[in-house]
Amino acid sequence: MTTAQRPVAEGLFTWPPAAAPLRLIGSECRVCGLVSFPAAATCVRCASDDSKERLLADRGTLWTYTTQDFRPPSPPYDGPETFEPYSVGYIELPGELLVEARLTEPDPDKLRIGQDMRLTLVPYTVQDDGTEVMTFAFAPVEESTEIEEEAS
Amino acid sequence: MTEAVIIGVGLHPFGRFPGKPALDMGADAVRLALADAGVNWPQIQGGYIGSYEVANPDAIVGRLGLTGIPMRGVFNGCATAGTAVALAARAIETGEHDLTIAIGLDKHPRGAFAADPSVAGIPSWYGQTGLFLTTHFFGMKINRYMHEHGISHETLARVASKNFRNAAGNDKAWRRTPLSPEEVLASPVLNYPLRQFMYCGPNEGAAAVVMCRADQAHKYTTTPVRVRATALRSRRLGAFEVQSPSFPVGEPVDSPSVDASRDAYERAGIGPEDVDVAQLQDTDAGSEIIHMAENGLCKDGEQERLIAEGATEIGGRLPVNTDGGLLGNGEPIGASGLRQIHEIVLQLRGTAGTRQIPGTPRVGYTHLYGAPGASAVTILST
Ligand SMILES: [Zn+2]
Repeated sequence: MTTAQRPVAEGLFTWPPAAAPLRLIGSECRVCGLVSFPAAATCVRCASDDSKERLLADRGTLWTYTTQDFRPPSPPYDGPETFEPYSVGYIELPGELLVEARLTEPDPDKLRIGQDMRLTLVPYTVQDDGTEVMTFAFAPVEESTEIEEEAS
Repeated sequence: MTEAVIIGVGLHPFGRFPGKPALDMGADAVRLALADAGVNWPQIQGGYIGSYEVANPDAIVGRLGLTGIPMRGVFNGCATAGTAVALAARAIETGEHDLTIAIGLDKHPRGAFAADPSVAGIPSWYGQTGLFLTTHFFGMKINRYMHEHGISHETLARVASKNFRNAAGNDKAWRRTPLSPEEVLASPVLNYPLRQFMYCGPNEGAAAVVMCRADQAHKYTTTPVRVRATALRSRRLGAFEVQSPSFPVGEPVDSPSVDASRDAYERAGIGPEDVDVAQLQDTDAGSEIIHMAENGLCKDGEQERLIAEGATEIGGRLPVNTDGGLLGNGEPIGASGLRQIHEIVLQLRGTAGTRQIPGTPRVGYTHLYGAPGASAVTILST
């Protein structure tokens, strides 16, 4: 039996996962070139409202991070009642932007500024009917994973 | 242009006051400020009042007297009180009023602030997935800063310990139990590298400041405190700010604190080297460290040595947060910056009691920073 999944919001990342490689959906100002995430109708640099969709890089480096060791107030947080600490950080996507995201590694001792990170999805909560709600996250790139990928 | 001077300050204690409405706390603070200034409410010609939780803080006139004066509600996140003070001063500087008041009051429930991200112009998923916490920003900003500028965890703990020690000497402060750096470091991590005792908490309280034209100050006081400059700045594109789902790559862009600080020094004709005592936004211990540099009071990275040497202690070269700061007092958002000004006024008058800094301080500095990236700076002098 496969678990039903849905994205936390439409237009945030490519979906469904099988249809295309996973990427965050940003936008690019056609006038000044500013890249935005989430996609923005109006440019905060030149105020143009002429923008196009841009799929962002799925790899970057960890610029900074912190942990979340207490359950955030609900609402707005709608994660599970049984709280598991998680981490968040900013990942620098070279030439594009720095994006804030959940990190898959909750242990701050295993995170390092400058570390290579890769985009993934995590089921951050499960609805009453069992549907997993997916959001984007970044995972440290393990060297062993790299080798496996190259081998496959 | 006419100069505004502070002739009276009033502070309701910060803490928890079950059953006492914020408006009543505000009215108490106003009465203290009026008494300190030696003026009556009907003499006040206009006011600015800030609050996060009270929808109509200007309803305070119902507690004080329905004199018909303009009472303008202001809100600018954690920079609210700085805004109220700036506008109350501006009304005098421009000649609109001779006698004004700035008031702040708030009564927050326990725990971290909870709000709908949409009120901050941020999409719902950001809150649903657990990213919409201001504390994340403070953890991430100091983590990056420590990496770049060699600040240690011990220095974070020393800052918190200092502010709780200063609060212990302040009978209007909330957290008056001194904590050693070791005790601070033993408290649980909330947002790495920040621990429980390195964060301030939302709470309750009120404060008020009465101002008049400098050329009329002699009618009220022999110790007027001059409002040398007020400045407010919002975030610029490319700066790393609280609650930002993303921001552009490129050369680092200064925070609004740097921008407001530079503007205030320039307007005042006073430099950072002239500052005798400072109150900086210490939402967390890391923020106080970063804000020392962002306000020009030291260079990036110098904090490690300055704090180890005790430079920011009450007896040090540059006392910071002498009344315990936000860590010791908590943060009723609307009142916080007026508490800072209250403390600076006492220090410049030489009436801060056991917290009084040595010598004859002449210049005091206050600074606020908050969501969504707004900073307010005030420079005061004798
Ligand atoms: Zn543009």
